Amino acid sequence: MKLTLGKFHVRDIQFSDKSYFHEGVLHICKKELAAHLLQDSRIKEIDFDIARPGESTRIVPVKDIIQPRYKVSGGGQVFPGFVGELDTVGQGVTHSLEGCCVATTGQIVAFQEGIIDMSGPGAKYNSFSRMCILAPLITPVDNIGKHAHEETVRIAGLKTAAYLGEMTKDLVPEETETFKTDPISDLSKLYPGLPRVVYTYMIQCQGLMHDTYVYGLNVKGILPTMIEPTEVLDGAIVSGNCASPGHKNTSLHHMQNPVILNLLRRHGKDLCFAGVIITIESALLADKKRSAFYASNLARLIGAEGAIITEEGGGNPETDLMLNCKYFEANGIKTVLITDEYAGRDGASQGLADVTPEADAVITNGNGNEYITLPKMDKIIGKLENVKIITGGNASSIGEDGSVSVEIAAIMGSLCELGYEKMTTRLR
Amino acid sequence: MEKKRIVHYLNQFYGQIGGEDKADQIPIIRKQPVGPGIVFGNLLGTEAEIVATIICGDSYFAENQDAAMATILQIVDGFKPDGLIAGPAFNAGRYGLACGAVGETVRRELKIPVVTGMYPENPGAEMYHKPVYIIKTGINAASMRKTVPIMTALMKKLLNGEKIGFPEEEGYIPQGYRVNVWMDKSGADRGVDMLLKKLKDEPFTTELPMPVFDRVNPAGAIEDIKAAKIALITSGGIVPKGNPDRIESANASRYGKYDIHKIDDLTSEEFITVHGGYDPVYALEDPDRVLPLDAMRILEKEKAIGSLFNYFYATVGNTTSVSNSKKYGEAIARDMLENGIQGAILTST
Repeated sequence: MKLTLGKFHVRDIQFSDKSYFHEGVLHICKKELAAHLLQDSRIKEIDFDIARPGESTRIVPVKDIIQPRYKVSGGGQVFPGFVGELDTVGQGVTHSLEGCCVATTGQIVAFQEGIIDMSGPGAKYNSFSRMCILAPLITPVDNIGKHAHEETVRIAGLKTAAYLGEMTKDLVPEETETFKTDPISDLSKLYPGLPRVVYTYMIQCQGLMHDTYVYGLNVKGILPTMIEPTEVLDGAIVSGNCASPGHKNTSLHHMQNPVILNLLRRHGKDLCFAGVIITIESALLADKKRSAFYASNLARLIGAEGAIITEEGGGNPETDLMLNCKYFEANGIKTVLITDEYAGRDGASQGLADVTPEADAVITNGNGNEYITLPKMDKIIGKLENVKIITGGNASSIGEDGSVSVEIAAIMGSLCELGYEKMTTRLR
Repeated sequence: MEKKRIVHYLNQFYGQIGGEDKADQIPIIRKQPVGPGIVFGNLLGTEAEIVATIICGDSYFAENQDAAMATILQIVDGFKPDGLIAGPAFNAGRYGLACGAVGETVRRELKIPVVTGMYPENPGAEMYHKPVYIIKTGINAASMRKTVPIMTALMKKLLNGEKIGFPEEEGYIPQGYRVNVWMDKSGADRGVDMLLKKLKDEPFTTELPMPVFDRVNPAGAIEDIKAAKIALITSGGIVPKGNPDRIESANASRYGKYDIHKIDDLTSEEFITVHGGYDPVYALEDPDRVLPLDAMRILEKEKAIGSLFNYFYATVGNTTSVSNSKKYGEAIARDMLENGIQGAILTST
């Protein structure tokens, strides 16, 4: 497959009478976008706000984060099965609004929603603070129920991102980047001598609002399977996951999966990228075991010599991570695991819920229990009061001066286990 | 500028009293640097000086630790020092334990910086690496010349209130705290780099060495279940409505104990979940789904168990650190023993 990302760099977002993209500025007609989203009868009210890098702004509670993209050619449309028609994506040309994202907020669905600070000490914990953010504030109809509420907000976020992306439909991108993959049968001929690497993509799908969708399908209960990396870049994987904000993979993380991007960029140079294996994180031990050996057998089938394995969430998914490691290594496939830790506020506790001796090459994205105080922000998008009940917050999280004290697990994407950020831990 | 005041702790051997035959030496004071203290004094230069040396026999300290510690603490305090240097003890076991104990107590009681030095396998290092900066030394005094400047440099930084770097930079044995830091490359980029090294059999360093688990052996079976008092425990966050103990939805800082002696069935009017790691819809509808009180009452009526304890214990397991969980588990177990409970059903989510 061959996919070209046509990139547009967003410098600012402004509300306007008309929706269009011009010279780095996204102009958005609130009324038009609201009417588009209100087609969903489960939404009672919708408003929008804008957060820009460096502003004294805090968004809370954030549910999902999505990058605006639009498929210009190659078949299908972004977020197939939700927004675009259900067809194969990952080929042709896709326009991408860089340095920009949609962050859904409004009434809280559950505890697992996080914070984005656009400036101050909280801003360094994620990349979203360096993006121009459009935040739809979504109020569902009364008595909607948590599951329908989550779905309503998820789909509204995707539709908003697709709406923004579509503004670039007839424009010429500022730069392009092309990714190419090869059929497995050609790899040894094309890249003799380069190590064959697969990416084992653990996605959380335990039901109970810990769900991830591939082409619109909730993958709970599937056997591990393969997908083209370029399909992932086109939004084939969508998050419906309400796991802890610091280490849930948002839809944007999937669309910009940094492991996939790294492996695609190095493909044919110092490694041979042999494919992506999607595997699940179930709540049942039998499922964990079956998925792990099955994924490792798929990797062996395509002749993998090495595998990057990423986790989503924490606690029982550590068992999936360690079982994957065990079975891959037993199949002679060398592994690197990417995870995070919960080592206590002082960092002195053991930080994983499960371990295996084969896990001798591990990347950690930080200790989620680190406790920090974030100063008062002039503007709150959403509702600050929710900080007291979200993961990482506590009853005394909000100081009298308007500051917020939380564990960094409360900050969106702070510990992303796809390795999206640059944080790690060091032993002292 | 006035020189900062340092007290130095030595055993009988380095204090030049004698060998093993003098190991029962009681603590004595020399109002000048002795043995290795002379080198420390020279290196401390104009910034600080050794105002006193306390010498204590290793056997005396080991056999009379409480009395020895009290005497030594009093002596150290009497000199009103700004810092304490102990050893280095290299791989001498009793000496290492004494340096660690003296260092830990002085730091805690007098709130002054302490530096010592040991071989990493010294039992004193295992026991005191957390509270005291222990510079990593060689196995014996052959490494004295290398060790003393490193210990002095760290003490100077501590005296000046400078930021202390990581173990690799400062030379101390890791104290066991994992600290968040930023790298130049993303986790994904570092991961692919690490994999390529591993594939080429080149050396690489894992960022997270696997922790060692503290496994607990299960207690023996209950001999007479029909006479046993059973308690319910959950890490699924079931609490009375209003969350009276304000247990957090993640990394709980406490557990709660709640009265159920008048209740046969948990209802959504009276109980909720505050757990932030799972979909609360079904637990909110019927809290018995996480804390099976209704089922336990049936077993009680059927006389399948002796009785159900009048209280249940609850905390939130979501991203709660193992050390906190261990603390709550130990406290709950103690309370259960005091209340004559023979068994417990622990539900997790």
